[in-house]
Amino acid sequence: MPGIASGLYNSIFRRNVVFLSAVFAGAFTFEIGFDQTLNRFWDWNNQGRQWKDIRHKYVESDEE
Amino acid sequence: MLARSALRSARTTCNARSSLGRAAKRFATSSSSNATSEEASSPFRLTAAGSVATALAVGSMAWYYHLYGSSLYAMTPQEEGLHATKYPWEHEKFTKTFDHQALRRGFQVYREVCSSCHSLNRIPWRALVGSTHTVDEVKAMAEENEYDTEPNDEGEIEKRPGKLSDYIPAPYKNDEAAKAANNGALPPDLSLMVKARHGGCNYIFSLITGYPEEPPPGVEVAPGLNFNPYFPGTGIAMARVLYDGLVEYEDKTPATTSQMAKDVVEFLNWSAEPEMDQRKKMGVATIVVSTALLALSIWVKRYKWSPIKTRKIVYNPPVGGDPRSRSH
Repeated sequence: MPGIASGLYNSIFRRNVVFLSAVFAGAFTFEIGFDQTLNRFWDWNNQGRQWKDIRHKYVESDEE
Repeated sequence: MLARSALRSARTTCNARSSLGRAAKRFATSSSSNATSEEASSPFRLTAAGSVATALAVGSMAWYYHLYGSSLYAMTPQEEGLHATKYPWEHEKFTKTFDHQALRRGFQVYREVCSSCHSLNRIPWRALVGSTHTVDEVKAMAEENEYDTEPNDEGEIEKRPGKLSDYIPAPYKNDEAAKAANNGALPPDLSLMVKARHGGCNYIFSLITGYPEEPPPGVEVAPGLNFNPYFPGTGIAMARVLYDGLVEYEDKTPATTSQMAKDVVEFLNWSAEPEMDQRKKMGVATIVVSTALLALSIWVKRYKWSPIKTRKIVYNPPVGGDPRSRSH
């Protein structure tokens, strides 16, 4: 535990520039992952109800 | 303890005065030495002022409530209209979207039935793309209608076929034309109708499926109106329009009255809030994130307070100090 804490301190918290960049980068990646998870849940919860689920019925007939 | 001793002292002074005369005896409280003063000290006399004040307060509040408290209704229950039945709409659940197949059917019902009287002014053709129809389908539908062009070099306004950016055309040129064509009754615009009526989806569904075969006995329906118990006032200019098999669905769904009503109500809910998916997703995200932050803040609070909550304050008396503390 002290090894992890000091490693974290030395790698991230020691320099403000690194710390601030880590905050911004963390927020950016977290948001992407969070939204993707949420959208996956939404699609799973609404299977067959959304336009992308029924689109193929109408698009394919137009192209053929 | 203090109060009891004060009472006792009052009692003794009263007993002392009771020997002076009968008038003084009445105010004496009960005491073991004087039996006659017990009946003279009635609790009613003691609490008279309090009782009157309480009765006055309660009475005035009751009178005030009687005058102003009850709610007023400007309309009779008949004028309010029947309460709509609450239906378990799937798309109203807070993680569910619209059934887009139903939206497509609902738009078909609107286009073939409702649109002969009702406009849908706030929905452009492009809104249907990616929700109910493909681009090509919507383009074809839009081109069936004519729209005004911008004035040309001579200032003339010509006609052109519709584009995706045009709005769905209204059946009448303006409200006056709509009234003139409908016995003076204006068919309301349906774009925001689900939001605009109490009961929303339930009300509209109940209304368009709630026409009885004939008005109940004793009800007078004004000429040109139809009886509908769900409509405020019960006299509605719109007659029943949805009958079984009125439209033919392209996906072979049986077009019963309630099926068409359900589809068109869901479509009207979509037209009232096409942003519903976005809103619900954002709501779920907000709840998830704020729950995590709440848990985090509770943990931080407990962490910071734990030394304060678990500390002990111990008093160590000085050894061989004040002799009075060891007197017993």
